[in-house]
Amino acid sequence: MKAFPIMQEKNLWTLLTTSNWRPFKGIFGFASYILSTIYVTIIAIIIALPLSLLTGIYITEYASSRIRRFFNPVIDLLSGIPPVIYGVWGTLTIVPFISEKLAPHFVDYSTGLSVLAGGIVLAIMIIPLIISILMEVFSSIPKEMKEASLSLGATKWQTVKKVIIRKSIPGIIAATVLAISRAFGETIAVMMVCGNVTQVPHSVFDPCYPLPALIANNYGEMMSIPKYESALMLAAFLLFIIIVFFNVISRVILIQIDKRYHL
Amino acid sequence: MRKLEEKFFKCLMIGSTILILSMLLYILYIIIHKGLPSLSWEMISQIPSGGFYLGKGGGVLNAIMGSLYLIVGAVALSLMISIPVVMFLNFSLKKKTRFASFARVTFDVLFGIPSIVYGAFGFTVMIFFGLKASLLGGIITVAMLIVPVMIRSIDEVAILVPKELLEATKSLGATNYETIKVVVRQLLPGISTAVLLSVGRGIGDAATVLFTAGYTDSVPTSLSQPAATLPLAIFFQLSSPIEEVQNRAYASALILTIIILVLSFAARYFSRRLSKNKI
Repeated sequence: MKAFPIMQEKNLWTLLTTSNWRPFKGIFGFASYILSTIYVTIIAIIIALPLSLLTGIYITEYASSRIRRFFNPVIDLLSGIPPVIYGVWGTLTIVPFISEKLAPHFVDYSTGLSVLAGGIVLAIMIIPLIISILMEVFSSIPKEMKEASLSLGATKWQTVKKVIIRKSIPGIIAATVLAISRAFGETIAVMMVCGNVTQVPHSVFDPCYPLPALIANNYGEMMSIPKYESALMLAAFLLFIIIVFFNVISRVILIQIDKRYHL
Repeated sequence: MRKLEEKFFKCLMIGSTILILSMLLYILYIIIHKGLPSLSWEMISQIPSGGFYLGKGGGVLNAIMGSLYLIVGAVALSLMISIPVVMFLNFSLKKKTRFASFARVTFDVLFGIPSIVYGAFGFTVMIFFGLKASLLGGIITVAMLIVPVMIRSIDEVAILVPKELLEATKSLGATNYETIKVVVRQLLPGISTAVLLSVGRGIGDAATVLFTAGYTDSVPTSLSQPAATLPLAIFFQLSSPIEEVQNRAYASALILTIIILVLSFAARYFSRRLSKNKI
């Protein structure tokens, strides 16, 4: 990215680890944004991964071909719905649900615009991605292996547990990493449900402010302060690096899987 | 014990499958339920009039038209880029070279890059060239966003085209151009799904166009004017405190959802129809 080099004059490490954000005084600390992003992503993965694992196994191993054919468009549709729609849906359902039903049990007050809301919305957005990769991974496992296990008297679930999951662990990791990188970069939907308050969130009911939202919200006004611009470009650059890194890892794993079974 | 475990996990699996299915239905239900009451002909056919953002009359025609212009331009541009790339990867290169697989991985990685990064990148480049937020800027940025999608999905079909087909056409004395025509016919289902997929991705994306296409209340008449887009219209209207304006955001969300639904069903239909030519 082009506006990046200006930033390196300032000490990079303190930028990443402090959470003081005062653009007008020239103080930029990214820690709260980075932590927000990480929290939201972790919640999303915790929710999404088990759900999509179970669903993926069910569709590839248990379901009849009719259900399978019916479910493919469902996944396509879910992944086709634009982020804004998820955002609208999130503000309409998840946010009030958290602030009225869930939060009062744990904390005194929450607007509902929170880490948890962001995590849930993100989880739903990445589920179709994980499922579609998992389905490919599961179906790349040779039939003979399953049959061998079944013929030894294992039940279907034991086969799934001992053969399929064990064999596809690299694939599962790859799918997860890919989903993490998708979640990291998601902007609009998270921005709409997260609250956008610059602070390190202390509980899942606190509002947060992830990196992409920071870029999106401040890009228009940054022109006046040159340091501000380079700070935001640094944010974009960070995102870029992290995501490229994750993507390369997971693609390499997926290609390895492909090679092992298709040669 | 084993049977119990089997039963337990099977229930769990069915449960999660149903949960995901109902998520989709729930999202659609909420969008339709909220959007339908404020959806009217006026919404689709008018541009915002004075005081639109205070709850007065008008519609989101500017955003609908802006989105359409943007996506048509972006798709045309990215088709021009991606078809030659796919051709080169599959037919000009010797079978499976290192380079080809490296290129594929690169496209996959590009596909994973979030739209906000494309947006920030596009914006920086535009400033570098002294351009303002405009329809053209938006088109180029969205094209960057959808080129990887397009290349990958055309590529998937192109891999399946048998090499013999090329040799057969060539041996009949066809020129290179005529050979390409034959190949493109084979690729048609791939291209049509690619187009529809990328339209779906491009039209729903807000972060890329946030800085590059800008936002206006009028329908753009030239490439250098800023253009409004539906996702941004939804986003801005939703952040308004006035209830009527918020309701309009729901209606706009419904319009966008309908567009996406139609597109994705069309994609399925066409890819089935066009694969009839297949050998």
